[in-house]
Amino acid sequence: MEPIHTHISRQYNAELEEIRSRVLQMGGLVEQQIEQAIEALIKGDTALGENVIMHDTQVNKMEVTIDEECSQIIARRQPAASDLRLVVAVIKTITDLERIGDEAEKIARMAVRLAAEERPKNNYAEIQSLGGYVRQMLHDALDAFARLDIEAAVRVAREDIKIDQKYDGAMRQLITYMMEDPRTISRVLNVIWAARALERIGDHSCNICEYIIYLVKGKDVRHTSLDQVEREILGKESSH
Amino acid sequence: MNPDVQFAVRKTGPAYNEAMSPPSKPETASSDTSSRTASRPLIKAQAKDLNFYYGGTVQALKHINLELAEKQVTALIGPSGCGKSTFLRCFNRMHDLYPGNRYEGEILIHPDNVNILARNVDPIEVRMRISMVFQKPNPFPKSIYENVAYGLRVRDVKRRSMLDDKVEEALRSAALWDEVKDRLHDLAFNLSGGQQQRLCIARALATDPEILLFDEPTSALDPIATASIEELIAELKNRLTILIVTHNMQQAARVSDYTAFMHLGELVEFGDTDTIFTNPKEKRTEDYITGRYG
Repeated sequence: MEPIHTHISRQYNAELEEIRSRVLQMGGLVEQQIEQAIEALIKGDTALGENVIMHDTQVNKMEVTIDEECSQIIARRQPAASDLRLVVAVIKTITDLERIGDEAEKIARMAVRLAAEERPKNNYAEIQSLGGYVRQMLHDALDAFARLDIEAAVRVAREDIKIDQKYDGAMRQLITYMMEDPRTISRVLNVIWAARALERIGDHSCNICEYIIYLVKGKDVRHTSLDQVEREILGKESSH
Repeated sequence: MNPDVQFAVRKTGPAYNEAMSPPSKPETASSDTSSRTASRPLIKAQAKDLNFYYGGTVQALKHINLELAEKQVTALIGPSGCGKSTFLRCFNRMHDLYPGNRYEGEILIHPDNVNILARNVDPIEVRMRISMVFQKPNPFPKSIYENVAYGLRVRDVKRRSMLDDKVEEALRSAALWDEVKDRLHDLAFNLSGGQQQRLCIARALATDPEILLFDEPTSALDPIATASIEELIAELKNRLTILIVTHNMQQAARVSDYTAFMHLGELVEFGDTDTIFTNPKEKRTEDYITGRYG
């Protein structure tokens, strides 16, 4: 992977740098959306929830803008090799970021609905815990993207397994609540939707990690096991 | 094939060397959709440790080892002065036209395994088997018909009916027949640039060559004429092996199956075009194709 800023055309350097930094900007906005959506749910803050729902259009707009810039680069510059992989990785990454934005919006909608209902004794501990993990995972994935760090990308992708386990644990607990007291069913269903949204965010973050590996190494590792990725891309025996 | 256009230097030689075929595509899940990956291609020609010196002193090619896959398009890319045209011209002994130029090493043509650089091989015979199309269309100051028939007349083909058939066949192969069939005896210079270039391709095809060399065949043409030449290259590769030098990297990416990147007289990287343009191994290749070469 060559540094972006070394083309003969400085304008081209600037265009590639622009899409790369815009992805990180969009990532920052999406991170903030998740953080606020979770906070709105836990605190029962309707105004904050509404705010997240409103800001989703901003995430969508960023996706459209970056997509357009990528199309312009393809049409005008015909990027090749690592430049081409950067453009392709950016197009794919922003699709996942936009979906993450949608999941954050979903959580915010659940937050608004749940705010009207009685608060549980544990104060949504399962969402707090799962949400913390998911936020960290997305943050680390974006960090790996910024630094083009494939070791970190593989490490972050592995976190998704933990998130899936946490999600399964949360589901078991939530189902138990519903069985114990059927009056909670409508409320707990909303919590389940929120947990499901968080689990999906983990999957999207995992996809972003795969694009980083494609960008740096030129290898498409989708539908490849992480052990195989570690062996083939990082050249080390897996300890997992 | 017509007995009049048999080649004098054909010999029987060893079979194709399967072990030395061009790099096969990487075995990834995504690459097996291409028909090119189905089997390893046969080798039509191979340069072995080829060195070339202009005027006996300036070394323009350094230890080139390259194989041309049969009925495939191989593109040579690289910055000006990297030796790609010099390499191309070795294939039809063009450098023999100037005194002092010197070749070392071999270019073997299969299946008969003839080293076309050997002194006892007649360059005229080589040029019958390996034709060339140049950067600027260079028709002879003759009629369209005579331009195509020229190579056959040199080969002593005299029967009018045979000449007519061959000229029509070559013009059809060069996708020019329909445009010129009613004015075959007009002067070739009356054709447009793109048509003149296709006429030169027809002229090159008339002697039934096995390999066709293109030295920047579209750099003097507009995008429409360029597209028709590229389309023609795609059709011609069903019949013969093509080696093309181009400064236009997108053209190399569009028309070729294999790409070789040259720099300062060396072959830096050779691989299938898909890989060279998405994930080259050498930094110098990457720098060149992404516009970082400075």
